[in-house]
Amino acid sequence: MSIAQIRSELAQARRRPRGLQLRSWLAAGLLGLSLLLPYWRITLFAPQYPGGLRVSVYLTKVAGESSEISLLNHYIGMKPLEQAAPLERRFAVPIVLGGVLAVAASPFLGQAGLLLQAPAVLFPIGVAGDLAFWMWKFGHSLDPSAPIRIEPFMPAIIGKGAVMQFSTSAMFSWGFLFSGITALIAAYNLSRWRRR
Amino acid sequence: MKTRWIAAGALVLAVLLLAAVGGRFRGATASSAPDLEGLIKAKGLTPDQVRAAVQTFVPPGKYDDYLIFSSGGQSGQVLVFGMPSMRLLRVISVFSPESWQGYGFSEETKEILREQAEAKEALTWGDTHHPAISETNAEYDGQFLFINDKANARIAVIDLRDFSTKQIVRNPNAYSNHGAVVSPNTEYILEGTQYAAPFPFKHVPLTQENYNKSYRGLATFWKFDRTKGRIDRAASFQIELPPYWQDLADFGKFESDGWVFMNSFNTERAIGGTLEKKPAFEIGASANDVDFMHIINYKKAAELIAAGRGTAVNGIKVLSLADAIANGVLFFAPEPKSPHGNDVAPRGDYVVIGGKLDPNVTIYSVKKIQQAIKEKAYSGKDPYGVPILSFDRVMEAQVKIGLGPLHTQFDDQGNAYTSLFLDSAVAKWTLGAPYKKASEAWKLVDKLPVQYNIGHLAAVMGDTAKPGGKYLVALNKWSVDQYSNVGPLFPQNFQLIDISGEKMKLLSNTPVGLAEPHLTQIIPIDKVKSWAVYPEVGMNPLTMKVDPNATGPGKERIVRKGKTVEVWMTAMRSHFTPDRIQVRQGDTVILHITNIERAKDAIHGFAIGRYNVNLSLEPGKYESVKFVATKTGVFPFYCTEFCSALHLEMAGYLEVMPAGR
Repeated sequence: MSIAQIRSELAQARRRPRGLQLRSWLAAGLLGLSLLLPYWRITLFAPQYPGGLRVSVYLTKVAGESSEISLLNHYIGMKPLEQAAPLERRFAVPIVLGGVLAVAASPFLGQAGLLLQAPAVLFPIGVAGDLAFWMWKFGHSLDPSAPIRIEPFMPAIIGKGAVMQFSTSAMFSWGFLFSGITALIAAYNLSRWRRR
Repeated sequence: MKTRWIAAGALVLAVLLLAAVGGRFRGATASSAPDLEGLIKAKGLTPDQVRAAVQTFVPPGKYDDYLIFSSGGQSGQVLVFGMPSMRLLRVISVFSPESWQGYGFSEETKEILREQAEAKEALTWGDTHHPAISETNAEYDGQFLFINDKANARIAVIDLRDFSTKQIVRNPNAYSNHGAVVSPNTEYILEGTQYAAPFPFKHVPLTQENYNKSYRGLATFWKFDRTKGRIDRAASFQIELPPYWQDLADFGKFESDGWVFMNSFNTERAIGGTLEKKPAFEIGASANDVDFMHIINYKKAAELIAAGRGTAVNGIKVLSLADAIANGVLFFAPEPKSPHGNDVAPRGDYVVIGGKLDPNVTIYSVKKIQQAIKEKAYSGKDPYGVPILSFDRVMEAQVKIGLGPLHTQFDDQGNAYTSLFLDSAVAKWTLGAPYKKASEAWKLVDKLPVQYNIGHLAAVMGDTAKPGGKYLVALNKWSVDQYSNVGPLFPQNFQLIDISGEKMKLLSNTPVGLAEPHLTQIIPIDKVKSWAVYPEVGMNPLTMKVDPNATGPGKERIVRKGKTVEVWMTAMRSHFTPDRIQVRQGDTVILHITNIERAKDAIHGFAIGRYNVNLSLEPGKYESVKFVATKTGVFPFYCTEFCSALHLEMAGYLEVMPAGR
C-alpha cells in the first residue's frame, strides 16, 4: 500500500463511507469509550452495610468502596484490591488506544490491514481471563497469619457468591459490554474478509 | 317463570357469597384484631391514647420529622431529641468535659474549654439555658447552634456539620448571663447580664449606695463571623445598662428590625440581706408593680461604636449608658413584674410579655412603640435618666390567660401559646390583625393542663418568621407523680402536645434524667445538613481543615526530640500503628492520632489507663493529646469504642521506663 493509495481511500471514505468503514469506526469508538466505563462490578452485602458495599473495576482503576472492602479483606489476609493487576492498569490506556487506532485505521490498509482487527476480537476474552486470574490469585494467596483463617476460595465473577457473613453479587458491566460489541463487529469484519 | 327462578337462584348465590366474604372478614379480624384490642384493653388505654401512641411511634429504621435542640441545664451540655418519637439522639458536650466524646481530653477540645487559652484554667461545668439556631431572614438555617452558660457568662458556638462545639467566649465584664438569641441574619448573638455586678469587672463592696452607683447590667452583642464559624470579639460590643437584672430578649425582625426587646426584673435594685433581717431578693425585687422592658436600637448602637463612641473595657467596646440615652439607643416601657419570655411575633409587629405574677400576657405594638419614641411620649425617667415610654401609648392588648405566664411561642395559624407556671398549663390564644380578624383577636382559645410547673415551651420553629405549627413541647420543671421513683432527684418532664387542631392534645411524656433543660428549639430534620463521616481524612475538628499533623498509612512514626516524644499514629479496624510506644519518665509525650476509616460509624476510641487519656476518633478525625509521662510502668492503651470483631485486640502498650537508664 502506498501513501497515495491510502490518501485516495480516505478521500473516498469522506465522500461516501463504505459499510466496513462505518462498522470499524463504530467498533473503535465503543472500544475507546469503554476506557471510561466500569468493566465489572461487585456488591457485597452484610447486615451492617444496609446499602451494600459497591466496587467498580475499570481497566485503569478500582472505584467505589474499595478501601472499606480492602480493610475488611485484611481480616482474612487478602491483599488490598488496589494491588491487583498493576501492569494491566498501567498499560491499559496505551493498549486500548492502540486498539482503537488499529480498528479505525484498518479499513484503509487494504485486505491485510483488516487483520489489525483481530486483537480486538480477543480483547474482552483476555480481560475476563485476567480478572479471573487475579480473583483466583487473591483468593488463593491469603496471608496465613491473618486473624481469620479461611479456606482459599475463588470469588464468583458472575452472579452470587458468599464469604463469611457477606454475600456477593457480581456482573460484567458497560465497559465490558462495549468492548464485547467491538469484538463482535471486528469478528464480523474479519469473517467478511475471509469470504472475499 | 324461568327468569324468576334464575333471579331467585342468583339472589341465593349472592347471599351465600356475601356470607362467605363476611365470614372471611370476620375470620381476618378474629385472627389479628383481638391481640391489638386485647392489648389496649389490658393496658386500659383510651382511644385518644392509642391515637397518640400511633402518632408518635417511629418504626425501627425510620426517622423522626424534627430535631429538638435542648439546653442541657446543669450538665453544661446540649441535648438533641428526635420528634415526635422524643428519643434522645445525641448529647453534645459544650461546657463540661465529657468522656464519650473525649471532650476536654484531646488538646483540641481542651483548647475550646480553655476558651482558646483566654482562661488559664478550664471551668468544668456550665449552666446551659437558651439554645439559638442560626438564622437567615429570621428563619432557622440549621448551620450553627449557640448556647449560653448562665453561671459563668459564656456563649458557645456549635457547628451543626459535625455537631460539636467549636468556640466558647467568656464575657469579660459580666459574671452571669441569660439568653442567647440571634439577630435575623445571625450577625449578632445577644446575651443579657442576669445579675447586675460591679462594672468594670472588679470588687466593689455591696452596699446600696455602691450598688446604685457602680453596679451595672450589660447587653452584649457578640459579632458572629459566619464564614469562620466563630464569634469575633474585636467586632463585638456592649451597651451599659442600669443595674437591673436583665433577662431574656428577642431581636426584632421586619418592621422591628434593628431593635432588641429585653426584659428586666429587680428594677427595685434590692440587694438582699436575709441574715440581717432585710428583705430577701424575692421580696425586695418584687416590690414594684412593674419592671422595665428595655427597648434597644442596636443598629444605632453599632453605628456609634463604629464611629468610635465606645470605650474598650477589658478588651470589648462598651457604649456608655449616657451615650445610649443621649443617642436614642435605649428606652424603657413598663412591663408586668417578674417577666421571663420576651417574644416577638412572626412578622415582627408585636412583642409578647408574660409576668409570672400577673394573669395577663401583655402585647406591645412595635408601631406604637416607634410612634411613642418619635413623639417622646414618656411617662417619666428612671433614676439613670432612661426615658420610660407611657404604657398606654405602647400597649396593644392584654389577654387574661391564667396564672404564671412565662414564655410564648407561635404557630402558623396566628395563634400564640404561653406556658403558665402557676396554673401548670399551656394557654392557646389568638393574635390580633393581621394574623386574625378583629372579632377573633386577642382571645383565649384553649388551655391544656401539663404535669407540672411548666417553664419554657417550644413549638416547631415557634420563634421564627415562619412557624411550623403541628407540635409543641412543654418543658416541665416538676414531674412529681409521672414516673416511677428513682430517688429524690426527680427527672424533668418533657410533654409532647399536638397543636394541629383547635384543641391541644397531650401526646406523650418523656423523662429527662440528666439535668434540667430550660429552652429548646425545634427544626425540621432536613434543614440540618450534617456529616456522617469527616469529609476528608485527617480533619481537625477545631479548624475543620486537614491538620498538618494528620498522618496516613505507611507514614506513622515516632520521633524523639530532646525530652519530647512525638507519635504520629493511625487508627483503623482493628489496630493502632504504632502499637508500642517507649518513652522515659519525665518525657513529654505528644500523640497525633488519625482515624483513617471512611465507613459510617467506624468510630475508634483511644484510652491510656492511669494517664487520664480518652479520645473519640470518628472516621476521618484527627486529634492529639499531650502529657508528661510522670509514672513509670507499662500502660496498655486500647480502643474504647467497640469497632469490630477484633476490637478487644485493638490495643497497644505505652512503656514508660525509669529515667536515666
